[in-house]
Order: sequence, then structure tokens, then C-alpha cells
Amino acid sequence: MPQMPESRRRMSLIALNNLSVRHGGNTVLSGVSLTIEPGEIVTVVGPNGSGKSTLLRSVIGAQKPARGTVTRAPGLRIGYVPQKLHIDPTLPLTVRRFLSLPQRVSDARAAEALEQAGAGDLAARQMSGLSGGQFQRVLLARALLCNPQLLILDEATQGLDQPGSAAFYQRIEKVRQELGCAVLMVSHELHVVMAASDRVICLNGHVCCEGAPEHVASAPEYRALFGTGTQGALALYRHEHNHSHDHDCAHGNGHDHPHEAAE
Amino acid sequence: MTFLDDFLIRAALAGIGVALAAAPLGCFVVWRRMAYFGDATAHASILGVALALSFDVSVFAGVLATALAMATTVSALAGRGYAMDTLLGVLAHSSLAFGLVAVSFLQGVRIDLMAYLFGDILAVGRADLAVIWGGEALVLALLWWRWSALLTATLNPDLAHAAGIDPRREQMVLTIALALVVAVAIKVVGVLLIAAMLLIPAAAARPFAATPERMAAIAALLGMLSATGGLQLAFALDTPAGPSIVCLAAALFAASSLTGLLLHRRRG
Repeated sequence: MPQMPESRRRMSLIALNNLSVRHGGNTVLSGVSLTIEPGEIVTVVGPNGSGKSTLLRSVIGAQKPARGTVTRAPGLRIGYVPQKLHIDPTLPLTVRRFLSLPQRVSDARAAEALEQAGAGDLAARQMSGLSGGQFQRVLLARALLCNPQLLILDEATQGLDQPGSAAFYQRIEKVRQELGCAVLMVSHELHVVMAASDRVICLNGHVCCEGAPEHVASAPEYRALFGTGTQGALALYRHEHNHSHDHDCAHGNGHDHPHEAAE
Repeated sequence: MTFLDDFLIRAALAGIGVALAAAPLGCFVVWRRMAYFGDATAHASILGVALALSFDVSVFAGVLATALAMATTVSALAGRGYAMDTLLGVLAHSSLAFGLVAVSFLQGVRIDLMAYLFGDILAVGRADLAVIWGGEALVLALLWWRWSALLTATLNPDLAHAAGIDPRREQMVLTIALALVVAVAIKVVGVLLIAAMLLIPAAAARPFAATPERMAAIAALLGMLSATGGLQLAFALDTPAGPSIVCLAAALFAASSLTGLLLHRRRG
């Protein structure tokens, strides 16, 4: 066990140290090190196939590292909102019952979490009958049940329109203020998500660059991945234009990455 | 007359026992889209019958062992190049064929193959009954114990991981339960129709259930209704018992689907 200052060891919720993950013969992540501190919102951006979801799955323990370590703070409570959840229509499941999986929760606690997630009126509904936005809010409510210290969201707004996802991220921000939890999220909706973040990590198999949103948006590594258009979109967003725009910014439009694939 | 009553009662008890555990397990088979998995496990058990007879061990033990081996093989091979349905098709039918060939090699033992393919519920003895109820109680206990974890893993493996549940372990629990049900049900409905006892009551229960628990309970009721009603049908019409049970279950499914459709229409 490497010696760390006492304060630091107590502080970090998650510490990834030189993490490498392989799928079959492919190296998906190599040499990723990062820490998550209490209360901060960290966003991972990166093109498709850059290992974003693999990174989150490593953090929750669903993915075994090939090398390196994942250290969680002792007794860390993680609330996880998965990328998408297909519920087979043959499985009858009310929202209320879904919240009691796997741990039974009281009606009062369930109602409170649904209220926090903006899904207060959905308890009696069937999961398979919810709209995309309602479904995401229910998933959020479920993640809030354990009173998480770290909330993890994997492309949580997939399938929502832009005002819908903007509203969802505003809700995340509000939840963070209420609960004081840290948030680790992955998104390809750069303009929406970066504006709401304290720290952005640009990932493409390894950490290309990281820092404050403005810093990352102007970093050459980031621009090489996403083009320059997104910086404008970010600035636009910073001015609180959260109605729908016809964004033409590049979402990982196939620019080659300038770095050599790290080995 | 007393003798007649006795074997019918034994048969009914055997049918009820199988239906009671097969139905809730069948719900998981339906939810996880494992229907072919159940088929493959069941078909492999004819090989277990042949092996048990040639090594002179109990048929129950032989079937349980091959069913378990089959289920773990499928789990291990899943996602390695072949689509799941292809893999299951290959394994299910080839193990059935190998089983049938192996049975033909058995010399000096005359076994009634039909009894294993279609079941012989009317020949259930006291010892069989003990095995059936013991096995089903074990399956029910297993499902009861793991219920929440199984449901969570069925919803989404990552969600399970985040809650500290290992989805592969839950898959293993289901695999073992499935092997147990197959091993005890072989006498009642036979190798070819075991999957029907798993699937049909669960599918028939779906339109009337709002929660997973209710679906399992309704499926168990429908399964028991099929078992006892099917036996009476078989007795009245002089038809084979195992298939009659499945026929009644299928009729219940048809009725429930129609009702569900009408309910949906009225609501929608």
C-alpha cells in the first residue's frame, strides 16, 4: 500500500491508478489515473468506443482491470444510473416495486426519492409504460435511494430531446446541491454536459486532457477529437440558452487522434 | 377402487408439486428469454437417463448431473462466436440424439423410451413423490432466498453490480434450479414437454399481473390447475396424461391472451 497523506486517503471517493482494461484482444483503456473528490461534478467526454462506459463499469466493479487498481473509499455509497435499461415487456413491474430492488425501501423513502428526481406522480405506473424522460427520472430516483456519496450516470439522457436533457442535467445539479454528492457522468452531448461540470476528462482509450471545462474545450487534444465548433456551443450554452438549437457541432466526427495509441 | 384413487392422487400430487416450482422459475425463463435454455437442459436429460441406466445409478441423479453439465456448458460457451440460439439448437438436439443412441446401446435393459420422452405420471410411486416434492421444495427455497438479487440481475447486470450483486452467481442459481426442475419433472411430463410446464403458465399469467411476485403466484396457480385438470381430462378421455396437462395449460394461455387483449382494448 503506497503511503498517502492521511487527509488525501480519506478524501477521495474513488481513485483509479494506472488502470488498463482489455476486452478480448483489444485494449480499451490504458494507463488511466483519476480521482473523484466529494461533491464535485466530473464529466467524461470522448468519441464512440473511447472507453467511457468501460471506465464507469470499472468504477462500479462490473469490469475487472487487466492492470492497475480501482480504490473505493470504505463504505462508499454509489448511486448508478445505467445507460439504458431494457425492461422486457413480459416482466410486470411497477415503479414502486422497481425502487425496492434489491433492497426494500419504505413508502416514505420511495416517495421522497421520486420527488427529488421529479417523478413524484409515477409510483403506481408500469415501468414498460413510461416515456424516455420519465424512465430516466425513475432511474435517478432509484439511484438516490441509498443517499449516495457518488452518483454515476452513463449517457443518462440518451433518447431525450435537447430541452429534455438540459432539464435533466439541471436536475442533477440541484440534486448535487441538496445531497452534496459527487457526480461522475459520461455524455456525448458536450455542450450540455460540459457547462454543468466542475471538471472534464477527455478520454480516448487514455486520458487526453482534463481540467475545467473552458480549459479542456480549448486544449488542442480536445479540438483534435471534437473539432473547434464545440467551444462556441459551450460558450452559447454558458449564456443559459437552454431551448432547442439546431446544433451543427461535431460529435466526435471521426477526426483522427493525434496521439499514438498508448501501450 | 381404492387403488385407483391412490395412483390418481399420487399423480395429482406429483403434478401439483412440479407446477408449484416450475411456474415461478418459468417466470424467470420468460423474463430472461431463456426458453431455449430450458429446452436444451431438458433434452440433454435423456442422455442422463441412458448414462444412469448403464452405470446403474438412480435416474434422478443421472438426469440432474447431465442437466447441470448442459446448463453450465451453455453458460460457459455463451458469447464466444455463436449466437445463443444457434448454440442452444446445436446442443439441445445433439444431446437428445446422443441420448437416444446411447439408450439403444443398453443391453439387457428394456426401457420404455416413451415414458421418458412424454412422462408417465400415472406410474409415480411413493419414492418418486418424495423426490419430486423434495426437489421442488429445494427450488422454491432457492428462489425465495435469492428473489431480490435474481430480479435485479434480470433487469440489468450493471445495476446488479452497482448494488453488490454478482449477476453470474445469480445466473448460476437459476441454472441449478432449472436442472433440479428438469430432473424431477421428467417423470411427470417427460423430456419433450418440461419446457412447456415452465413457459406456458408463466406466459398465461402475464396479462393479470402488475408485479413480478403476483405473476409468479398466478403462474403457480395456473400450473396447478393445468396439472389437476389435465389429469382428469386424461382419465375421462383416455388420453396420455403428460400431453393432456400441457394441452390444458395451452388452452388457459389462449384464454388469458384473449382476455388480456380485451382488457387492453378497453383501457387503451
